[in-house]
Amino acid sequence: MAFWRNQKTRGWLYQLAALLLVAACIVWLADNTLENMRNRGIQSGFDFLSQPAGFAISESLFGYESTDTYWRAFLAGLGNTLKVAVVGIILTTILGVLLGVGRFSHNILIRGLCLTYVEVFRNVPLLLQLLMWYLVCVEWLPNVREAEPFLGIYLTKAGLALPWFGDMPVKAGFGIKGGVNLSPEFFALLLGLTIYTASYIAEIVRSGIASVPRGQREAALALGLSRGQTMRLIQLPQALRVIIPPLTNQYLNLTKNSSLAVAVGYPELVSIANTSLNQTGRAVECIAVIMAVYLTLSLLTSAFMGWYNRRSAIKER
Amino acid sequence: MLKNTLSRTIASVALCATAVVSLPAHAGKTLDTIKSRDQLVCGVNVALAGFSSTDSEGKWSGMDVDYCKALAASILGDANKVKYVPLNAQQRFTALQSGEIDILSRNTTWTLTRDASLGANFVGVMYYDGQGFMVKKELKIASAKELNGATVCTQSGTTTEKNLSDFARANKLDIKPLVFEKNEAATGAYQSGRCQAYTTDASGLAAERSISKTPDEHMILPEIISKEPLGPLVRRGDDEFFAISKWVLNALLEGEEYGLTQANLDEKKSSDDPNIQRILGTSENMGTLLGLDKEWAYRALKATGNYGEIFERNVGKDSPLKLERGLNQPWNKGGIMYAPPIR
Amino acid sequence: MVTWLRANLFNNVFNSAITVLLGTLLLYVLSQVWGWGISHAVWVADAEQCNTARGAGACWGVVAEKYRIIIFGRYPFEAQWRPLLATLLLMALLLASCVRLFWKPWLAALWVGVLVVFFILMHGGVLGLATVTTDQWGGLPLTILLASLSVVGAFPLAVLLALGRMSDLPVIRSLCTVYVELIRGVPLISVLFMASFLFPLFMPVGTSIDVLLRVLVAMILFAGAYLAEVIRGGLQAIPRGQYEAAASLGLTYWQMQGKIILPQALATVVPGIMNNFISTFKDTSLVTIVSLYELTGSLDLAVNSDPDWLPYKLEGYLFIAAIYFVFCFSLSRYSQWVERQVSRGKVH
Repeated sequence: MAFWRNQKTRGWLYQLAALLLVAACIVWLADNTLENMRNRGIQSGFDFLSQPAGFAISESLFGYESTDTYWRAFLAGLGNTLKVAVVGIILTTILGVLLGVGRFSHNILIRGLCLTYVEVFRNVPLLLQLLMWYLVCVEWLPNVREAEPFLGIYLTKAGLALPWFGDMPVKAGFGIKGGVNLSPEFFALLLGLTIYTASYIAEIVRSGIASVPRGQREAALALGLSRGQTMRLIQLPQALRVIIPPLTNQYLNLTKNSSLAVAVGYPELVSIANTSLNQTGRAVECIAVIMAVYLTLSLLTSAFMGWYNRRSAIKER
Repeated sequence: MLKNTLSRTIASVALCATAVVSLPAHAGKTLDTIKSRDQLVCGVNVALAGFSSTDSEGKWSGMDVDYCKALAASILGDANKVKYVPLNAQQRFTALQSGEIDILSRNTTWTLTRDASLGANFVGVMYYDGQGFMVKKELKIASAKELNGATVCTQSGTTTEKNLSDFARANKLDIKPLVFEKNEAATGAYQSGRCQAYTTDASGLAAERSISKTPDEHMILPEIISKEPLGPLVRRGDDEFFAISKWVLNALLEGEEYGLTQANLDEKKSSDDPNIQRILGTSENMGTLLGLDKEWAYRALKATGNYGEIFERNVGKDSPLKLERGLNQPWNKGGIMYAPPIR
Repeated sequence: MVTWLRANLFNNVFNSAITVLLGTLLLYVLSQVWGWGISHAVWVADAEQCNTARGAGACWGVVAEKYRIIIFGRYPFEAQWRPLLATLLLMALLLASCVRLFWKPWLAALWVGVLVVFFILMHGGVLGLATVTTDQWGGLPLTILLASLSVVGAFPLAVLLALGRMSDLPVIRSLCTVYVELIRGVPLISVLFMASFLFPLFMPVGTSIDVLLRVLVAMILFAGAYLAEVIRGGLQAIPRGQYEAAASLGLTYWQMQGKIILPQALATVVPGIMNNFISTFKDTSLVTIVSLYELTGSLDLAVNSDPDWLPYKLEGYLFIAAIYFVFCFSLSRYSQWVERQVSRGKVH
């Protein structure tokens, strides 16, 4: 047999060819990019990260000033991304589980409402929902000057202001000072992400519960547990093993979808990177930062998933 | 990333082959390319009233657009041989750098950073502008210095964010910027009352006010917080095309200085003024020095009128924007528009 | 009737209370929606009437006034029959592709043919049709074009990637895995930014690729990674015996995949492919962020420059939300139907 007829040899040849092709493409693209940059005198590199950013950010977890450096600006953006993601994940889990469990209710009204919710919010693009929520927030809420507090809470075009341990929000100038302030941008983004993702989580929870053998439920009811107890103590815990992996995926999706904030003016990572891109002209670098951050987040999630799967697999025995 | 780029290339090559639209490649000499494809490719703003906007039939108009027309008329003899590529703020520089467009005529501010690090050359100044603020009259504000604690809407991808924060710092004001990806979103948020003020170049403010339902309810504050000389850009490394772009702009300015209008141009061909003779190519042939023919400036002026006409038609008294000439008057009428002589 | 009511709504005190409470709330909300959306709404394109009804009723007149721009974007007005025809053609083909009877090789050929006709109709420049450049394309035709071409283009890529990830060859396997995980790890918008802002820098000097094409390729590459995972799921569900049987028949790798494994694997994942199509359809709304005027963007185009109608943007949003909903909902119903067919097939 000639050596190229040998399956093993051919396999290695294929792989070598694929590798060479990919490498050649990368070299070609990198060469083009460098050539373009050199010819046109475009500057590149990550050195800009340590220079002062010079632009302000409307909200930030760690006191960011416009005199701070670009990397601090990126950090502020990442902080805002994580803020909306963490709060969103908590809220959407609660809402999604309620909706999923609601699909098993004896009451047809609850079943119907849960089903309608899922169908409506799943079948309209998230971006459109975000734009609508934001429009409703800024159009329909009252102006700060006309607003009256309700139990010390202000809900105005400047956002939601809540009292915080005796620190009461008060009107001051154009806005509201004191208490905890949530901007309408954050609010609209949170609302949109929570409501959209919950429709997916509801389906995951529903099919998770449906996958628990019916005998389990019947046995629990026969033991005299109530329907609520059966769901809480028997069905949900068993469904969890099926639910967790796709649920983690949804958490990741929510985090990635928070990048749509650029459309509603919430200063998260992508929005900050976009501004930096325009100030410095370092397009490749800024988009690389966005991708690197999201990749890290998703790798961390995958690592968690792997750990969880190993753990639950052992438990099964 | 590896496979990504690979498939990207393969897919794009394959799709190109199935032919959608792709422009002929430019081969270094921009002028030759423009002539061989018989079309000028001009990057313009997606929509900015008075500078570049489309009507319901897709026809482009505006100051930035008129400059492209004049350039096309000068090079190709036909002001309609322009392909307009609408670009947003982020796309514009890469589009120019990569050769997707021949010239970027998109109200772009001339700054050191852009001139030195983007691989582009500014042709000149088409419009001297400055950043200002627009507020609703009901707020009863007379000065931008009263904006302490206010939220200000603006579009990302421009020089405005930095100017705004410089202004706030210099005047010890606490101003919250609200930055949107699209200008429509920024103005929408301002209109709805989410922001107390909207900031951009003063011409942009006027444009925005002109298309507002109730222009009288808005006022533009007196403070101009920055210098924004707006002009077209070409790629570095092609001095010939750079010169042509520069001198077509100068010809439009000279046209105003010597009173050459679209209407009287043919009449003026018999003028005795040596300056006019040189501009219109009736005596010396200045065009060959640029690689064009002697009627290069005549065609540009015939296509769009002189700078003054372009200004008044698009943003001045004959337009809804009603902008004052101000700094954009010729130097001998109190402005700073001064073109080097055509001789 | 009474027994049904008892069983489903009033089977105990707690449930009855919920029924009454929810029912009242639902009635209240529905009557409000009815009042705003139907009985107090303005249906004619009259800005004056809309202004008086503002706050009390919706102004559907904005749709009546602007539907041509919302649906067709910037496309030249007199030539709008062309995108209409092209879109209907593409939709008919999409519908036909849903019928199992037509899943034959000639369907692929038909796709190529229809796409060519689509481009000729949209772009013109031949057969006496005026040229309409891609920057004037917009609205629903662009949405449908992006969605269907993304999935059609992603399909071959996804099959290769899925096979690559299941391959015995370590280099191929890791290349495919790296690609899929990379793409799935980043948001679509960053990929679109790359296609829109960065791509020209990666190309040799002077190459210029239309921005619509660049965005389309980005969507294909993105959808491909997700679709690859769907198809891989189908491949994993094929019992080992099938591979062994094919190998013992002496079939080569490609014969085995093409004749035995892939047909079975793909048949089981049709619902997954449909779901991928639905997500892609929804994802097309993101291209508005890179300045292409598909449905979401063309709504902006229609109302933003017209102060008379700007206050009724919400009604416009609801209108296009309804369009998206009709498409996505019917697709998801179809996919559920297929899923039942597939599982029924397994029982037999």
